[in-house]
This record gives sequence, C-alpha cells and structure tokens, in this order.
Amino acid sequence: MSIRRLAEQQPESFEFTPENKAWLEGQIAKYPDGRQASMVVPALWQAQKQNDYWLPQKAIEKVADLLGMPYIRVLEIATFYTMFNLEPVGKYYVQLCGTTPCMLRGSDELIAVLERRVGPQRHVTADGLFSWLEVECLGACCNAPMVQINDDYYEDLTAENFEKLLDDLAAGRPVKTGSQTGRVSSEPEGGLTSLTSFYGDGAKAQAE
Amino acid sequence: MTRILVDGVEVDVPAEYTLLQACEEAGAEVPRFCFHERLSIAGNCRMCLVEVKGGPPKPQASCAVAVKDLRPGPDGAPPEVFTKSPMVKKAREGVMEFLLVNHPLDCPICDQGGECDLQDQALAFGGDSSRYSENKRAVEDKYIGPLVKTAMNRCIHCTRCVRFTAEIAGTSDMGAIGRGEDMEITTYLQTAMTSELQGNVTDLCPVGALLPKPQNFRARPWEYQKTETIDVQDALGSAIRVDARGREVIRILPRLNEAVNEEWISDKTRQIVDGLKAQRLDRPYIRENGRLRPASWQEALAAVAAKAKATPAEKIGALVGDLAALEEIFALKLLVEGLGSVHLDARQDGAKLDPRFGRASYLFNATIAGVDEADSLLVIGSNPRKEAPVLNARIRKRWLKGDFPISVIGERADLTYGYDYLGAGPDALARFIESAPTGASKRIVLIGQGALTRADGRAILALAAQAAKKHGGLSEGWNGFSVLHTAASRVGALDLGFTPGQGGLEAADIAKAGALELVFNLGADEIAVEPGAFVVYIGTHGDKGAHRADVILPGAAYTEKFGLYVNTEGRVQEALRAAFPPGDAREDWAILRALSGALGAPLPFDSQKQLRAKLGEAHPHLLRLDQITPASAADLEAVALQPATAWKDDFVPAIADFYLTNPIARASATMAECSALTQGRLSRAAE
Repeated sequence: MSIRRLAEQQPESFEFTPENKAWLEGQIAKYPDGRQASMVVPALWQAQKQNDYWLPQKAIEKVADLLGMPYIRVLEIATFYTMFNLEPVGKYYVQLCGTTPCMLRGSDELIAVLERRVGPQRHVTADGLFSWLEVECLGACCNAPMVQINDDYYEDLTAENFEKLLDDLAAGRPVKTGSQTGRVSSEPEGGLTSLTSFYGDGAKAQAE
Repeated sequence: MTRILVDGVEVDVPAEYTLLQACEEAGAEVPRFCFHERLSIAGNCRMCLVEVKGGPPKPQASCAVAVKDLRPGPDGAPPEVFTKSPMVKKAREGVMEFLLVNHPLDCPICDQGGECDLQDQALAFGGDSSRYSENKRAVEDKYIGPLVKTAMNRCIHCTRCVRFTAEIAGTSDMGAIGRGEDMEITTYLQTAMTSELQGNVTDLCPVGALLPKPQNFRARPWEYQKTETIDVQDALGSAIRVDARGREVIRILPRLNEAVNEEWISDKTRQIVDGLKAQRLDRPYIRENGRLRPASWQEALAAVAAKAKATPAEKIGALVGDLAALEEIFALKLLVEGLGSVHLDARQDGAKLDPRFGRASYLFNATIAGVDEADSLLVIGSNPRKEAPVLNARIRKRWLKGDFPISVIGERADLTYGYDYLGAGPDALARFIESAPTGASKRIVLIGQGALTRADGRAILALAAQAAKKHGGLSEGWNGFSVLHTAASRVGALDLGFTPGQGGLEAADIAKAGALELVFNLGADEIAVEPGAFVVYIGTHGDKGAHRADVILPGAAYTEKFGLYVNTEGRVQEALRAAFPPGDAREDWAILRALSGALGAPLPFDSQKQLRAKLGEAHPHLLRLDQITPASAADLEAVALQPATAWKDDFVPAIADFYLTNPIARASATMAECSALTQGRLSRAAE
C-alpha cells in the first residue's frame, strides 16, 4: 500500500456509453429517494470497466453528479478501495498475491518474473499489454502462489508456467484459468493423502 | 432516566446518554479527541476508553456506547463504569502511544503549542517516554483555502473537520482520502473550502494540523490578553473572545453562547482582524482647498462648531452607520436634536423599518434559539447564509432534524439546505398568503433587508405580517415574525428612535445634493453623500465616508471601546475594550461630548457611566444586559393592516459580497483574498 493519487495525465472528459447509462439508471432507480449514494461503488466500477480499468477524474465527478454526492465523498471511496485504479493499467492487469501462504510457496519468483518482463509495479509496458501490482491475500491460499489477471485467477504458478502464461496472453493464445498444474479445484497437490478408502458400511459396500 | 455507577458515584441520566456524557455528569474526566458535542459520533480516536461492568469485558469507547447498552447486574445492581482503573490507565497509555507514533515532535514550532489537546492529554494520560525509534509517517501539506494553514504530519485523523464541514457547514468541503496509514485529510483536489464558517475547523482541530493561516507564528496562547466581548460584523452579536498581544489584536475566537452562536463564528467575524490595523484614521483631518490635512482636535472641533453655528437647524442632518454602539448613537441624537434638527436616520440602506410601527416590526421576534423549536420557515428576500452564516447553520441544524419545511422567496441561492422555491418577488409572497399549506403553528417568517430596502419595503413588511398572521407565524406564545438585520447597530438605533422626526428627511434624501448644509456622519460608509453638504465624519477607517468628509474625527472600532449593542433579536449585549484606539483616535461618545462642548451646549454627561444612566432613563430596556425584552405581537396586527401594494420587481440580495460588507472588512487583506476567491468561483460557475 502506498499513497494513491489521481493520474497526472487526465482525459478531457468522460461520458458513460448509452448502454452503461441505461444500466446505471436502471440500478439507481432501485434505491429509495435520497439514498442514491449507496450506488457509488457499482457506478464507479462500471465507469472503470468502461475506461480500460482505470478511473479518471472526470469519471469520479460524473458519478458524483449522477448520484448527487459532493465530489470529495466519491474521491474518498475511489481512493479507499484499491480495486479502483486511479492510473492507467495494462490490457492484462496482473494482481499478484504476496501474502504469507503465497510468499512461502514462491511468490517471490513470480515477482522476479514480473519485474524482469514488465518492470516495477504500476508501470505499463510500452506495448500497453501488461502492468502489475502486489496485493494482499486474494483468498486462494490452498493453490498458492497465484495471481489475478483482469477478472480471472491463475493458480499453482511457478516461474516457468507463469512465464508461459504471460507469453500466451501476449500472443493472444487461449489460456487456462484456475490451476496451471491440472489440479482440480483445491484438492491436495500430489493426490489424496487421506479419505482414500471408505469406512464402515461404505467400505463393505465398496468391497462388494 | 437510568441509574449508573461511575467510579462508585451513582448518577441518574437519560438512557440515551453516552457513557462519556454520563461520566461527565458524575464529574469524571474522560479524555477525547474525535468526540464533539455538536458533531456526529465517530469513535475513531479511541482515547475515551473506559472499563465497564455490564458490557463486554474489554475497554469500551465511552463516546460510542450508550447508557442503555449496558446491562444491570444479576440482582438488579446498576451497571458500572470505571474511568480510573488499571485497565483504563493502560488502555489510555496505549492509545496515546499509538497516536504519538506518527505525530511529529515539533511542539516548539507549532502554533497550537500551549492550547493543544494532544499536548495536554499526552501529559495527563500518556506514558513517560517513547519506545518508537522507526521513521515517522510523512504527509504532504494541503492547500484548503486562505484561512486555514495545514501541517498534515500532525493530523491524528479525528475527522472533526470532515464532520463539521459535512454536518454543520453543509458544504462537504473536506474528506479523508486513502486508507489505513495512508489516510489523508484534504479538500477535493486541494481546492479552497467554500463555507463561510470554515475558520471553525481550526478551533475544532485538537492538534496543530489545521491552524488559522493569518495568525501564522504570531503569538503564543499564553501571551494573549483575552477579552470576552461580542462581534458586530453581522447583526447576531456572536460571543467572541478577542486576543490581543500588547496593543495589537491578533486573533478572534468564538465563545460559547447557546442563545446566539452556540460555539461557531463566521469567517468575517474571525478574520477581520487585520482590518482593524489597516486604513485606520488615527488623527483628525480638515479639508482645505479640496485636500484633507492632518489637524489637532481643537482645530477640528472648532471647524465643526463654526460650521454648525453658521448653519440653520433645518439644514443640519445626521447619519448613523452599521457598526455604531448605543452610546454614540444616543449622544449623536441628543447633540443633533439639541441643534434643532429633525433630519436623522440610521437606515443608510433605506430599509423601511420604523419604530413607529412598534418594536415587534423590526425585531427577529422568534429569537435565534427559537429556530430550534420552529416547525416551518418562510424566507423573504434574504440569503441567511451570507447575511448571518451562524444563524444559517442553526437553520440547517433544525432542517437536518427533519419535519421542517422551508420556503424561499427571493434569490435562489445555495443555502446548504433544501427548500421549496416559491418565486423571486412579491407576487410569490402574495400567492403564499393566499395558498400556503396549513398546519404550521410555529412558523418563522424571516424577512431580509433585501425585501425591505426597496421603495415598497413598507408594503412588503405588511405582506410579511399578513403571511405570519395567516399561516402560523403568530400564535399563542409564538411570534415568528422575524426581521433579519445585517447591521449590528440597526436595532439599537431604531430602539433609540434615530429616525427622521416630524418632517425630517430619510437617509437617501439627506445624502442628496443641496438637501442639507451640514451632515454628521457616524460611520455610515455604505451611502454616498452627494457634493454640497459639509460632512463631519466620525469613524474608524479611511473608507467612502472619510473620503467624502470635510472634517474627520477619528473614532474607536468595536474592539477598542466599551459599547452596548442590540442584536437582531433585541438582545442587549456589551462589547468590551480589548485594545486602545490608534494614535489620537478617541471613543466615539467622548468625541461627541467634546464636540457638544465646542458648540457651547455640552451634553448632560461627563463619563460613560453617566451616559448609560441617561440612556437607561430614556430607554430602560437597553440596560438589561444579555436579555431580550420581548416586543408586543399586537403591533404586528397593525402592520398587517398597512397598505400592501407591492411592485413586481424581484427581490435583490442585501449583501452582494459577504466578505466586504463594512469598512473594517474592506480594509482587511484577508477578507479581500476571500472575496476574490469567491468572486472567481462565482464567475467560473456562471460560465
């Protein structure tokens, strides 16, 4: 974590697309009068999705005007949640988990890969494809180490398969989400070590 | 009421009280930073931790736990709170240690030093040494306006300033961006705050993070000579404390007065200070060959006396400005009437208010505290946010409580609360009288000077009285007919009857070319006296009035004299002397007394005490300090029966520029900066 500021280079204006506008109006209508401010996080999220996964100043002001909130209140929220990017990110925005389980399982190697291929955190590669950020636990500890790229999780990473994953993404080849070693959800890595046989009636039934 | 034991002392408090309030009730001291009586509860500084029996077995933030949240003991014993137990002591020391982890040790160069909550509480409740040897957090200082200097390293994130601007001021200027260790208090992208009450955040800030910028590094709190007095920048008469160092007034702070300003003051009240030093008239002047030259008091008084003796009584007139105290108005009245003149007027803006209609016709009868119990409000030709920002904060407070419909006729301005806009002119008022929603029994009808300074002001006054009479403004035990004045001297002058006598001219006519030959001008700077008359200006600043004057007699500003003022609700209050007038300037009543001597007809008093005694003989209610003598509501019945044919013109706001309404404010560089900023903002908004 470090201090988050709005990007220095800002677009001149921001306007919701007609589809997003219609979606927002539909959502805002669900809130009782005077409580539209409750809608601020989805509205900011929609603005971020529309604007290549980052929030410009004009989008913050647009959302504030839309919901009748003071600008500072929306800025507070945009700077509070790290899921709102205040600066441009790469087309593939890698959020790397560096919390204890992932770190013990080798996230440092992944960081080394990213630093070599992409550069320092928050830096967007010249081709605009990649940028990365170390984040706190993303909750997939049993398949550590892992990263989140845009909306998907990629788990059981090593320096090698992570490198390949990035190559595939850069080349536009299809990639597999979830575990990169073929593990099913969060089963033990080397096959089952317990509950390998049935007990009692179940064991009898299996024998028969 | 609920019984609770605080450190073994049993108190009986309302169930909705917080533990902190209950502790105070029991006389136990609880340290706090984020808690403030007039703000919402944040519970984020953790300084007010106490131990409870009957609640969770861990230190509890007493500001955020209500008495009713605690359970009684098994045998019905009342719940207990401990504020001095070892657990509490340790908890406080821990909280204080964490607060100090990121607080710089710069008390010696911090302006808050000596009146700092953190300093005091660290001494009283903190540990004796620091165990922290790592680097401290560093935070960029922010620009948040011309009145507040920031030193954000010192911020402890109590969020009082954020809550103040959002709740009391109603402008939501400030906020906390970022999170956790990176949380920062700022305005939106470091723009200037927009509230007229923004200076109050410097009082609320418990540390030295937000400090008054104009007083930067000027003095230490213990160097001040503190004078508890009242303010005259608007007609509320807010309670203030004037802090002077030596002969110089350095700063003005609010004082608690629940009936008037609670504990807030406007920025004009607070930061007018540098205007008290600039452009001052510090010696008498006489105009010779078209130029003003410095003169001695004898010369100046002799020049006035010569002119007065050579002028027939019907060619003499007198004007009173917005900042004059009762004493000088009374003295001037006696003086001018002694000369035989009937041309006196204290209403330089031409407001159609007249003591002949009864005192109720020009008072804020509902009283300022009455706003709290009113059930609806009609604003006519007024922008309370500019005319009396502190009153506006009270209206907002009442509005936030709910069930308080507000209607506005006049300027459609951002008043920081929602209202029903009825129209811009008297037509809307007429429509309101015809078809207002019924049901209100404690309505305030607030009439601004914007509605009364027009030529048809008397008709508007009558219409307003009708509106009050017909729609719940005048009921049993309630008089909601409320005139909001903009001048501190106005109600006093009207009480004293400083209005044209039989056949006398009104202010605008007194100022007309060729109307009069000799005009005494007691600090009236908002009116231009046309060429022709010989003008004697008694005032403090080199403003419009002084530029026009033929003789200038330098007077004392409100911080430099003892003077009585009557505020818009009719409350008599005394201003005290905090410093002395500069140079040869004298207290105004003494100037008038000396002048009367030069004229050969000395006024019947030689001291202020005698003056006040005379004043009390003529107007007993003006000596009842800090009291309101209620006016008779029956007078308003007569006002309502006056002819009420108003024009169609829209109401024009009485105050165009909040920051520059009087000669002191116009002399202040700080006010000029605020004004330029606001005007710039206004022109940007209009684009």
